[in-house]
This record gives sequence, structure tokens and C-alpha cells, in this order.
Amino acid sequence: MSPTNYPADYRYTKDHEWIKVEGSVATIGITDYAQHELGDVVFVELPKLGAQIKAGQSFGTVESVKAVSDIFSPVSGEVTETNQLLSDAPEKVNQDPHGAAWLIKVKLADPKEVSSLMDATAYQAYVAEKTQEQSA
Amino acid sequence: MTTPATAEIRKTALNSTHRRLGAKMVNFGGWDMPLEYSGILAEHDAVRKRAGLFDVSHMGEIEVRGAGALDLVQWVTCNDAAKLIVGQAQYSGLMTDRGTFVDDLLVHKISDTHYLLCVNAGNQDDDFRHIVMHNRFDAKAENAGPRYSQLAIQGPRAKEILQRLTRAALDSVRYYHFIFGSVSGVECLIARTGYTGEDGFEIYFDPQFSEKLWGDLLGAGESAGMIPCGLGARNTLRLEAGMCLYGHEIDAETTPLEAGLDWICKLGKGAFLGSAVLARQKEKGILRKLVGFEMLDKRIGRDGYPVSIEGREVGRVTSGGPSPSLKKNIGMAYVPPQSSALGTEIDISIRGQVTPARIIALPFYKRSQEPEKT
Repeated sequence: MSPTNYPADYRYTKDHEWIKVEGSVATIGITDYAQHELGDVVFVELPKLGAQIKAGQSFGTVESVKAVSDIFSPVSGEVTETNQLLSDAPEKVNQDPHGAAWLIKVKLADPKEVSSLMDATAYQAYVAEKTQEQSA
Repeated sequence: MTTPATAEIRKTALNSTHRRLGAKMVNFGGWDMPLEYSGILAEHDAVRKRAGLFDVSHMGEIEVRGAGALDLVQWVTCNDAAKLIVGQAQYSGLMTDRGTFVDDLLVHKISDTHYLLCVNAGNQDDDFRHIVMHNRFDAKAENAGPRYSQLAIQGPRAKEILQRLTRAALDSVRYYHFIFGSVSGVECLIARTGYTGEDGFEIYFDPQFSEKLWGDLLGAGESAGMIPCGLGARNTLRLEAGMCLYGHEIDAETTPLEAGLDWICKLGKGAFLGSAVLARQKEKGILRKLVGFEMLDKRIGRDGYPVSIEGREVGRVTSGGPSPSLKKNIGMAYVPPQSSALGTEIDISIRGQVTPARIIALPFYKRSQEPEKT
């Protein structure tokens, strides 16, 4: 696998979600590492519009042929949009996890929560360590 | 199947080959095995439409030899091995004295005094001990797993690909029959068997030739679109074909009659381990029955999820997941026989959400020219 380019303007969690903040709204998805670990994604279940989600809590699931993975929210807030594309084309999560296959948009309850998350450099190092553990 | 973390993980002769190919590896029954190479969906599709190559060297082999070889095989298994001719194989069950499964297996008749049993990887040592414990016949059992590698070439183009590497007349080998022949210069037992619902072959040979045969087969199959396949696709393929997996549909608490395997339960052949219990169960009726289901919405009912009918929990999903070929979510589960009719609606609890499903016929997938069962 060639090294992935993790966008520098995103923040990342240890559970392999990414978040991109624009003003008071954040977009959330799963990372390239996460989609690769899951394998072929066949179903994505997302919360309803208006749902209140909390940092560290599961807001949905991404399912591959083999496994179900909970998606944990990096931040707290209200769901303002969900990615409708994924209900008919869940495989987009494998193809473009950092772009077209974003999962939800959230109105941030506390913008400060974002600052505690990893930046791209830290996440890249975190993933490199994981990958090394696996091939050992 | 899980194995304690303390147990040393076993590897097939092709372990480094799989890693070099970039396979995602997984612990299966104590073996470090490839889960997928290019992806489960692509591999599944290759086997249904073209061909796939699987390393199944983790499977166990037990050889039974001697004048009483047939007697021993007949005593410990539920199918009728006396019906086999030399060069024929049959699907069967290794039985406890309660008529439940120690394992499921393939019995190959090599000669009147020699049978080769192919058993599940994670069960092989238990199987061997079980057979030895019940051997009061003029027969000798050998735990021969380390002497064999096994590759499965599966899919509509499997025969054509394998034929490129052997002079053996593969056309003459009928489903669930086998011959001995040379593949790419390596002596093999070539069986027309498989675990995918497609035509195909499983070949058994000396592990020292594993890399050669793996490479030669992939080379021979490349132009036909054959790709290496892992256990992930093996599982989606066998589920579509409605085949049982030990530890899921069958185990030491289930009988062949409950699992819909009446056709391997030959009560007329004479007494065998568990036959009295099975005869009684056949007469009185079973209390649960294995059925196939399809999900009625987009959610996926997976292994272990609770199944209920009219609000009452009746069992668990034994295997469940997406069906890549049928483009719907399918599974198998045990339900009470009175609720097992085709079309019955059942509920599957998916992380607390009740999700509707419907009982449908097994197998889910049947290839156009389905061979006869033996």
C-alpha cells in the first residue's frame, strides 16, 4: 500500500474518524486506514437529522462484508446533514473516504473539543505504528 | 472459531507467499490465514464468473488404513461409506455418541483398506483423538495433516485452467470423485469437490511443492481471470451455497437431522456412534431446524444475532451477511420446526433494533448445472 495523504486541514481520532471544521459546522468521516481495515463496505447507517451526538459516543455504523464497525463522534453537536450518496453507493467509503464519502455534518456544541484531536502528522505516525504492529 | 491467544499460531507452507501478495491475514481456528487479497467482493465475483485459487492447507487430513478401515469409518461417521467406490468421496459427519457433530468431513475411498478423511483445521487434533478412542477395529488412523498441502481451484473455468497443467483426463472425474495424477510435475490427489457452490477441484500434495503449484496455477489461470482468494470469499461463497460451517451451523450440540443434513444420516447402514439417538430423534421429531432467511430491509443479520417470532426469542443467526451474487442480505438460523415453513416472517435483533426477515429456501444460490449429491 502506498502511503496515504491525510489532509493537513483535518483532525483525527484514535478510532480512525476524521473531522473538518468550517466555521461552526464540522464534517465527519472515516479515514483511509479505517476503510482499508474494514474491507469492502456494503452498508452505512447514519443518524437522523437533528440528532444530538456526543463526543466519544457512537453515532452510526459502517458495515463491510465481514464486520460491523461503530463510528464514534470526535465532537458533540447537532446533526445537520447526512450523506445520502452512501445509502445507494456505500462502496464510496472505500473509494474516497476523505472526500465524497463523508458521513455527517454537525453543528458544533463546543468548538474547543476539536483542538484535543490529532493533526495529520500525529495521525500518520499513529497509523504507521499500528501498521507495524500488524505486520510484526 | 477462536483460539486462546497463548496457543502458537500455525502457518501453511504458503504463509510468506500470502504476505508477499499483500493479503490481509486472520487467525482462523489457530491458523494464520489469508482473509482477502484484492477484496472479498472481487474474489467472490471471480469464483462465480471465472475462477479463484484458495490455499486450504490448514484443513486436516486423517488417513485410515487396514482390513478394518471401512468398519472404523462406518462406526464414527453417519453417512454410508460402504456405498463408496474406489475414487469416490462423500460428505459426512464425525459423530459423538449423542449423534452430534465432532466435525463434518469428506471421506475419500482410496482403496478397500485405505480412506482419506479431510477435516476442519481447528478440529483436526480432536477428530484424530476421537477416532483413535473409538477404534476397536483392525485399522490404524494417522493424523496426516502435516504431510499434505491443499489448494482449491474453484469456478466455472477451474477445469480448463487445471487441465493446462495436467494430462489427467479431468472431464472423466465426476463431481465428488477423485483421481491421482501429476499437476505441473507434482503427484496429486485431484478431487472434484469444493466449498463454493461452483464446479472446481481440490488437490492434495506434498507441502514442499506448495509454492511451485501455487505459482504455476496462478500463472495458468491468469489469462482466464483467476485470482487468489481468501477465507472471506470462501465464507460468502459457501453461505450462498447453503453449506454448513463447523462452529456455526453445526457443532457438538447439533445433529445432522436438525441441520437439514438428513441425506448424510444413513440410519439403515447399521449401528454407528450416535445412531440410536438419531433414530429416536427421527421418530419423535426434531425441536429445531436450520433454515435460510433473507433480510427485508438493508440491515445485515449477522452471526449470533437473536431471532424471534411474534416477540418470542427462538434462536440465533448461525451465519449471516451480504450475498454478493444475489445482492441481498442472507443468513441461516435455527427455528422451531413449526415455524420453519418457507415464507414465514421472523425478526432479527440487530443491536437492539428488530429487523424483519423471511424464511426462504436453501441453498440461496445454485449454479446452472448442479451436479448430483453422493
